[in-house]
Amino acid sequence: MSKNDIFQPIQFRTPLSRARGLGASRHGVSHFITERVSGLALAPLSVWGVFAALKLVGADQHTAAAWVGQPVNAVLLSLLLISALIHLSNAVQVVIEDYIHRFTSKSALVIGNLFVCVLAGAVGVFSILKVALTVTGAH
Amino acid sequence: MVELALPKNSQVKSGKHWPAPAGAKKVKTFKIYRYDPEAGGNPRWDTYDVDVDTVGPMVLDALLYIKNTIDPTLAFRRSCREGVCGSCSMNIGGRNTLACTHGWAEVPGKAVQISPLPHMPVVKDLIPDLTLFYAQYASVEPWLHTDTPEPQAEWKQSPEDREKLDGLYECILCACCSTSCPSYWWNGDKYLGPAALLHAYRWLIDSRDEATGDRLDQLEDPFKLYRCHTIMNCAQVCPKGLNPAKAIAEIKKMMVERVV
Repeated sequence: MSKNDIFQPIQFRTPLSRARGLGASRHGVSHFITERVSGLALAPLSVWGVFAALKLVGADQHTAAAWVGQPVNAVLLSLLLISALIHLSNAVQVVIEDYIHRFTSKSALVIGNLFVCVLAGAVGVFSILKVALTVTGAH
Repeated sequence: MVELALPKNSQVKSGKHWPAPAGAKKVKTFKIYRYDPEAGGNPRWDTYDVDVDTVGPMVLDALLYIKNTIDPTLAFRRSCREGVCGSCSMNIGGRNTLACTHGWAEVPGKAVQISPLPHMPVVKDLIPDLTLFYAQYASVEPWLHTDTPEPQAEWKQSPEDREKLDGLYECILCACCSTSCPSYWWNGDKYLGPAALLHAYRWLIDSRDEATGDRLDQLEDPFKLYRCHTIMNCAQVCPKGLNPAKAIAEIKKMMVERVV
């Protein structure tokens, strides 16, 4: 329950003071834009991702690694992963803010969400590069 | 945390049953939420079997009939009885609307279920505490802001600019929209809600207003504005047929416009 909770039984603060709260934080528009732009990037990238995955169905490890090793595939795969994770972390943050109201647990979860997404991105991109560069190096 | 179940003292128990008078021909059951803070105890559902042959067509007619002839302790707000004042907003058949413009025959199901506007503190029976809702409206400063010295006559506005306020100025602040919004339920202390934001937009696009930037500054916040997730309940329930969700989307567009 926040200090501003409307269900506190005794309130000596005026209603207007409660409505104004801590004021506007003057941010939010960049989050809004990032959510939409990452969504826009994901539209073609995910279609490409699905087709690519379908093409690789039944392929052996060598073929798959060779496919990832092609520069265009490696770059697009990295972009797909990065934009998906940006979109995910933004969206999950909104869900946390919607439903979790205690300042400490909310902050911990928002930071945790960020760390998990950044870690997943770092591991993912490193793996793509490792496969891509190893395969390219072997040729 | 979001509360998925009602706290123990808010759980609604079954209450009194008021049978129809003998000889009633057309009987309709009204299931009404009752809560009396002075008596203590939990809220309850009272059921009234009403001989609707003697009752007018609207839910408000039925409520007045119940209060006048069956149970005078029933408390609810009402004033204009024609959809202008916004006093008799309540949840009827699971949907927020005005009791005075909603016919009881239109309510689906056997009984007409009536409860106060959702997720607001209840003062008594069908009367919610709308103090914070009104304060949120006041916080968007719903009046003309100007720095230019006042003209001798009126502030002028073209018919085209005046037209932009249609679909906004008609709001009667009944609170049907805000109290139907899940985002407002979970974060009503920080999110301004559809009604206040619709009014904020009404002043943002008023061609005579000189404080557009300041107004946007006061709204740019992950909670005050961006808790709107376009759920659209507000537009669905508005008894005046307005679209607060569209007004909020327009505010979001203005926010983007000033950084891009």
